[in-house]
Amino acid sequence: MNSLLRIENLQMHYFTSKGAVRAIDGVSFELMPGETIGLVGESGCGKTSLGTSILRMPTPPGRYVSGRILVDDVDVIPLPEKEVRRDIRWRKISMVFQGAMNCLTPVYTIGRQMRETLVEHSDIGKIDATKLMEEYLGYVGLAPEILERYPHELSGGMKQRAVIATALFLKPEIVILDEPTTALDVIVQAQIINLLKKLKARFKLSFIFITHDLALEAEISDRICVMYAGKIVELGANARIYGAKAPAHPYTSRLLAATPRLFGNADQLQFIPGTTPDLISPPEGCRFSPRCDRAFGRCFQEEPPLVEVEPGHMAACWLNGRG
Amino acid sequence: MADVILSVKNLKKYFEPHQNFAQSLAGGRQKRLIRAVDDISFDIRRGEIFGLIGESGSGKTTTGKLVMKLLEPSSGQMIFDGEDVTHLDKEGTKAYRRKVQMIFQDPYASMNPRFKIRDVLEEPLIIHKVKGSIAERETMIVKALEEVKLTPADEYMGRWPHMLSGGQRQRVATARTLILNPAMLVADEPVSMIDLSTRAEILRMMKDVQQQLGLSYLYITHDLSTARYFTDRIAVMYLGRIVEVGRADDIIDTPLHPYTQALIEAVPEPASGKVEVIKELPIYGEIPSPANIPSGCRFHTRCPYAVEACARDPEPELTLDGMEHYHACLRAYEIQEEKKGGKGAMPAWRVAPAQGRG
Ligand SMILES: Nc1ncnc2c1ncn2[C@@H]1O[C@H](COP(=O)(O)OP(=O)(O)OP(=O)(O)O)[C@@H](O)[C@H]1O
Ligand SMILES: Nc1ncnc2c1ncn2[C@@H]1O[C@H](COP(=O)(O)OP(=O)(O)OP(=O)(O)O)[C@@H](O)[C@H]1O
Ligand code: SF4
Ligand SMILES: [Mg+2]
Ligand SMILES: [Mg+2]
Repeated sequence: MNSLLRIENLQMHYFTSKGAVRAIDGVSFELMPGETIGLVGESGCGKTSLGTSILRMPTPPGRYVSGRILVDDVDVIPLPEKEVRRDIRWRKISMVFQGAMNCLTPVYTIGRQMRETLVEHSDIGKIDATKLMEEYLGYVGLAPEILERYPHELSGGMKQRAVIATALFLKPEIVILDEPTTALDVIVQAQIINLLKKLKARFKLSFIFITHDLALEAEISDRICVMYAGKIVELGANARIYGAKAPAHPYTSRLLAATPRLFGNADQLQFIPGTTPDLISPPEGCRFSPRCDRAFGRCFQEEPPLVEVEPGHMAACWLNGRG
Repeated sequence: MADVILSVKNLKKYFEPHQNFAQSLAGGRQKRLIRAVDDISFDIRRGEIFGLIGESGSGKTTTGKLVMKLLEPSSGQMIFDGEDVTHLDKEGTKAYRRKVQMIFQDPYASMNPRFKIRDVLEEPLIIHKVKGSIAERETMIVKALEEVKLTPADEYMGRWPHMLSGGQRQRVATARTLILNPAMLVADEPVSMIDLSTRAEILRMMKDVQQQLGLSYLYITHDLSTARYFTDRIAVMYLGRIVEVGRADDIIDTPLHPYTQALIEAVPEPASGKVEVIKELPIYGEIPSPANIPSGCRFHTRCPYAVEACARDPEPELTLDGMEHYHACLRAYEIQEEKKGGKGAMPAWRVAPAQGRG
């Protein structure tokens, strides 16, 4: 099967006055049709940066440094903005931005803001927006009256449904969902996850589902892509990552141990000591080595490449031997 | 009772609805009070972490604000450290707020974006007129930053809030509350925006601080999974009322109220095999408006086990059922029996029409 999206050795850095923040630093993966890939990792590891990079709108001062983003075998990085707006953004790939539901302006109606999001990011000129918006609100379980309402009149779940409807509006094939349920309570979160699964089946979508919550990824993602400090450290099937066998990267194992379980051993949650590295000057060797309790000599000198450690399962760790 | 630090009795907070212009032109619909907190009672023991759990809109933050004295109760009573604090004057409130500190739900909103981190942390010292030289204050700030593991502290002191990650911002917010050595902390969703490892670390850090200093916490969250690790007792709140309260383990292992059961079902677990499954939640629709609280058991409109009697007033009261375990469900016993015995007996929510379910 041909991939829908192929990222090849992507680097996207933020060029700040202090130096280049290497937020995306050599990332490669493929998204298959109908697939959900979960991007997971601690705060600051580059999840949002990867999402906005794929959408061809890195936040200033972010710039592409190298690599390709292939959509239908066309690299979108060198495309003129006009073409991206016409063919790619929102039409092929759309995004539910992190915190979007809380960024709705209190003084405008939901309808106006949905329309503005579309106008801002894409070229929708000739479309009868209202009619389509009503149709899509129906798909996410909202009444058309919502368009006339103000954000404070809606619950968090309703606002997030409206934001999701906006992302689907121009019939994209890929939807990047950046922490779409983080600000919601557990019940609404479960309802939204159910909704996303139904929408995915109905519109034959592929998702890139971003969250820091490994428990949530287990609910929705076919493959789990674990990021650390601007790089992918492990990429494997749901059944493998959450299965009986330990993950192939110590970082994934440690993240799992930090994930609360309602019915697990409830003694104490484990956390990963230390903090994520400064991405202006990341550590030598494996970027996780300063925090890794299994690191040995080589880890501090040589950077482990992301290699296939089992069929279909990638990891970047010297403990797996090869490289 | 010496071991109780905060006792809340029959506390209510009703808000006046504000009508919009169109409504007032139309002569106004009948005004209905917003019953955000609708008669709750609980005790927080000294050195205890007390969890208040419930969905969005259940009244947790309003309860937290009442406890913080950021809101005046409509009725009821609050006793802190043996002293009636239900109504305090300005000075009394200020003294109280030094002893009871709050960590806010949203670390983005709780910090002045034009303050550097050092100023964010110094602000409470200034507000509460804490005496000390510049050097002494500096020491307190550094200590607070180190307590929340923002090290090296002087590197963070010069930063602006926007230069921090969400997790780091929440740590600053925590440091800010610790700097005044409070007796009790009200932590409203302190970790909901934070990634898991940091969350585990912050909860651990908060628990260490709590144990070292003998603090009491009111920990507010919608997430039972962290509550199990973090709290000693849990009160489950629904639409302004406490519907179940007990020891954390009992609440999670043997929930007696259907609402608690729904909260538990909704929690994602890190296990495979769920991608193809649409999770059937044993709860219908969204939480009703607190301006329009259903009759009888207020949960009956969403409850998969509801029978006619559930909709009839009076509302079921909290009743003791087990060690320190209280619930307010008319049918708790029958539901337990149904689950235990009835292999053939499908719980109502499995056979009920899918309508209204997310
Ligand atoms: N506009 C920007 N300018 C400079 N640095 C940035 C900018 N946006 C992000 N960064 C930095 O890039 C790195 C990756 O940030 P990003 O927002 O992609 O992380 P994330 O994984 O989405 O984190 P979170 O879970 O907190 O949302 C971080 O170190 C961050 O501080
Ligand atoms: N000042 C106010 N005026 C009118 N209604 C209010 C006010 N403050 C809160 N409410 C309403 O009271 C109810 C309870 O709100 P509260 O913020 O306490 O809930 P919560 O449990 O903290 O929810 P969340 O999980 O979303 O933080 C909500 O329906 C809210 O809209
Ligand atoms: S009293 Fe009735 S409606 Fe209320 S929780 Fe129990 S079964 Fe459900
Ligand atoms: Mg992000
Ligand atoms: Mg709240």
